[in-house]
Amino acid sequence: QKVSVEVLEHLEHLALVDFRDLEGVERLQKAIQFADQLQEVNTDGVEPMDSVLEDRWCLYLREDDVTEGNCTKELLENAREKVEEYFVAPPGNIPLPKLEERETFLQGS
Amino acid sequence: AALNDGLRSQVSAALKEGRVSPTELCQRCLALIKSTKFLNAYITVVEETALKQAEESEERYKRGQPLGILDGVPITVKDNFNTAGIETTCASNMLKGYISPYNATVVQKLLDQGAVLLGKTNLDEFAMGSGSTDGVFGPVRNPWSYSKQYKEKSVPKSHSEDEESNWVITGGSSGGSAAAVSSFTCFAALGSDTGGSTRNPAAHCGVVGLKPTYGLISRHGLIPLVNSMDVPGILTRCVDDAAVLLGSLAGHDPKDSTTIQDDFKPFELPNLTDVSKLSIGIPKEYHAPGLSSEILALWSKAADLFKNAGAKVVEVSLPHTRYSIVCYHVLCTAEVASNMARFDGLEYGHRSDMKDSTESMYAATRREGFNDVVRGRILSGNYFLLKQNYEKYFVKAQKVRRLIANDFVKVFRSGVDILLTPTTLSDAAPYTEFIQEDNRTRSAQDDILTQAANMAGLPAINVPTALSERGLPVGLQFIGRSFQEKQLLTVAKWFEKQVQFPMIQLEEVKRHDSDVFQHQKSASFS
Repeated sequence: QKVSVEVLEHLEHLALVDFRDLEGVERLQKAIQFADQLQEVNTDGVEPMDSVLEDRWCLYLREDDVTEGNCTKELLENAREKVEEYFVAPPGNIPLPKLEERETFLQGS
Repeated sequence: AALNDGLRSQVSAALKEGRVSPTELCQRCLALIKSTKFLNAYITVVEETALKQAEESEERYKRGQPLGILDGVPITVKDNFNTAGIETTCASNMLKGYISPYNATVVQKLLDQGAVLLGKTNLDEFAMGSGSTDGVFGPVRNPWSYSKQYKEKSVPKSHSEDEESNWVITGGSSGGSAAAVSSFTCFAALGSDTGGSTRNPAAHCGVVGLKPTYGLISRHGLIPLVNSMDVPGILTRCVDDAAVLLGSLAGHDPKDSTTIQDDFKPFELPNLTDVSKLSIGIPKEYHAPGLSSEILALWSKAADLFKNAGAKVVEVSLPHTRYSIVCYHVLCTAEVASNMARFDGLEYGHRSDMKDSTESMYAATRREGFNDVVRGRILSGNYFLLKQNYEKYFVKAQKVRRLIANDFVKVFRSGVDILLTPTTLSDAAPYTEFIQEDNRTRSAQDDILTQAANMAGLPAINVPTALSERGLPVGLQFIGRSFQEKQLLTVAKWFEKQVQFPMIQLEEVKRHDSDVFQHQKSASFS
């Protein structure tokens, strides 16, 4: 089964990366085919494993004490666009253009 | 001291006794880096700060107060570890120009012990790959391509074709680190290991590559690929050195809550003479399709070596081995999809000029910053994480992961101490041949023998074993029980002593350090 254009477009939206060309789409198809082999394994009664350290229970919560910080200057150094102590972003809440309006490879599909 | 000396036994003594100074060692390594530039192992070399660190170390030795065995020892670090004030690129356009504001915990630990950081090594972009060929700074060349041993065995196809087109890959993704250690430009290097990225290049470059137990060494500052599998890897020229590095890096880090809280006691490796109490397991499923007959023979010979020395050698089964790579593929891409989401151009890294909206800026930044391999994994990962696919792929893979981990538990519970397997399917491929298949296909093929250890979180080590018919290194892998690095390394050290892997004969190294060849071992395993 081939992945539908709707799903491909949805993925581009979620991932915010594009397929770019037919090769990109085929890469996904092959990846799915490869992953389908998992269905051959009988996993009845098997619990999913999140971490190999599950028995040791090391993910803990620490006390809510401030132990470090005050590094605003260092953190801002690597940002390209900033104003005073703010990272500057273009306007938000503007959805990506729909498929028809976008310049994307998928338009041809 | 010669560049080929062991850290604990020779280098440390030489530094303490003043027979060589940290500045001399540093300068020798820096000069060698320059003359082996064609290997493309380094992305960044920090000559000034390295020399300064060396000078400071020298002062400490003069006062008789060195910080430890690593004081004054030149090391390098894979370019996916944060290093304060030094560019950290992950071999990607996304992070070109990114100057880390902090040191990864493992880097800080090395610096705190006086190690001299020479620079950052090359890798596959964001550590995705098994060749160290897919980074924006170009591929890394295996130093063995220029060795006497390889040149003697290669038949030029035509007399006009020079060695330029014949060079072989390092393997990956920590190829730069492996090449750096292999070509003597540093005494040890840090790599990372998510599916075999330290052990694979170690095997191809003829060096020791250790993947520690997950949770033993801090990942704080290691730019993450797969949070549940990543570990910092250690690359050295001998097993003893790996133990030294392990001793200085292991232990709980409050900044990485996935590190275990138990106290870690650094250890020296005993010289094992009696292996009769040892039980070595040979997992039959590791006789994987595509395993070269050469490596199969070597593996068999190694098993016999243990048997003849009195150890118990048994065939064991890890039944879910062949699903391991599929499982890894799903879990890896899923975690990658999540981990790569942080790269949006706002706080650090590349930022597109696109200004229409936040989302379009993010999309353009990511399109400009990531290569095909990274984008491919992000998209696959997002597919497996879609609501309609989540159970079928992601949760399913998590269940299969448990089955794989349980396979190992069962085998170790049956009395086996250590598993012995090949590390790679064959010796290093020529670059021109390697790039004919795409990254995903190659990774799927090359990771097959290494990544189950990452799935189960177990410690594993590549020990260089012999040279192939083409004159290239072949290594074998030992896999141990969780947190039993001492036992694993002890066995590895015994094996290393038996096989007497030959030293690389590189013209460039000979020029800089004629002492290097005085320790040449004459016997060899093959």
